[in-house]
Amino acid sequence: MDQLDYQDGNALAGPLSEIFTLDVTTAHGTCAGCGRRGVLAELRVYGPEPGLVARCPGCEEVVLTLVRGPKDAWLDLRGSVSLRIPIAE
Amino acid sequence: MGIISRAFQGRPRDHDEKLPPGQYLVHDFPVLSAGPTPRVPLDRWEFAIDTPEGEVHRWSWEEFQALPQETPTVDLHCVTKWSKFGTEWKGVSLDVLMEDVESAAEYALAYSYGGYTTNLPLEDLLDGKAWIVHEFDGEELAPAHGGPARLLVPHLYLWKSAKWVKGIRLLNDDWPGFWETAGYHNYGDPWREQRYQGD
Repeated sequence: MDQLDYQDGNALAGPLSEIFTLDVTTAHGTCAGCGRRGVLAELRVYGPEPGLVARCPGCEEVVLTLVRGPKDAWLDLRGSVSLRIPIAE
Repeated sequence: MGIISRAFQGRPRDHDEKLPPGQYLVHDFPVLSAGPTPRVPLDRWEFAIDTPEGEVHRWSWEEFQALPQETPTVDLHCVTKWSKFGTEWKGVSLDVLMEDVESAAEYALAYSYGGYTTNLPLEDLLDGKAWIVHEFDGEELAPAHGGPARLLVPHLYLWKSAKWVKGIRLLNDDWPGFWETAGYHNYGDPWREQRYQGD
């Protein structure tokens, strides 16, 4: 069997913590490709270069990309219908 | 002028001149991946060029192999800052593939097995500047490097040289591709260090 060429979605925790104050790897997302629901930590993450590409474990469509330049980060949520983010009361 | 002269850096001057700004030289061939590697059986492989006027030109693997082949030796420049000199390829020039294609389109979108896309002006594919290649270093092109066949456009950053290429769509309007919509530069000239949007 081939070695896995991706990491699980927990690999997003560090890079996304630059943008979000909450840990969004525990957020529930819905894949725009197949409608699968799950936490971001379940995504399959390719990269980190030239950018992080997180794909749905169900249909392999791209859910989000994160490109980190020297001055800006680009977060593209192209394949995510919504994110339900737990907020502490 | 810096304190350390070129002579003390131990690099031949021509290498410095061949290296675009911000790049460093590698001797291996790094593999960068944005998704699972597609495995395309040759009997199901097809390459197509379509135009906004409605023309579609298709080549099977056998038809593609029967076209005149070239063996370009080119330098590669990846946006992640590595460059590799003198890579040897075999494939078909886009000039050959475009020979019977008639269109007023000025833009192109390369698309791949696996869903990857990248855009570039059509003129960057013509006049001996781009190929569809199927051999690297005398061997058939490995899937990790884009086999069975990939686009090769060495004068732009390597993300423009779409792996696992399936076709080229000619367009009247520019249509940014996968990395171009995700933060990377729309054109990607390594000599002008066009890495990110706004560079």
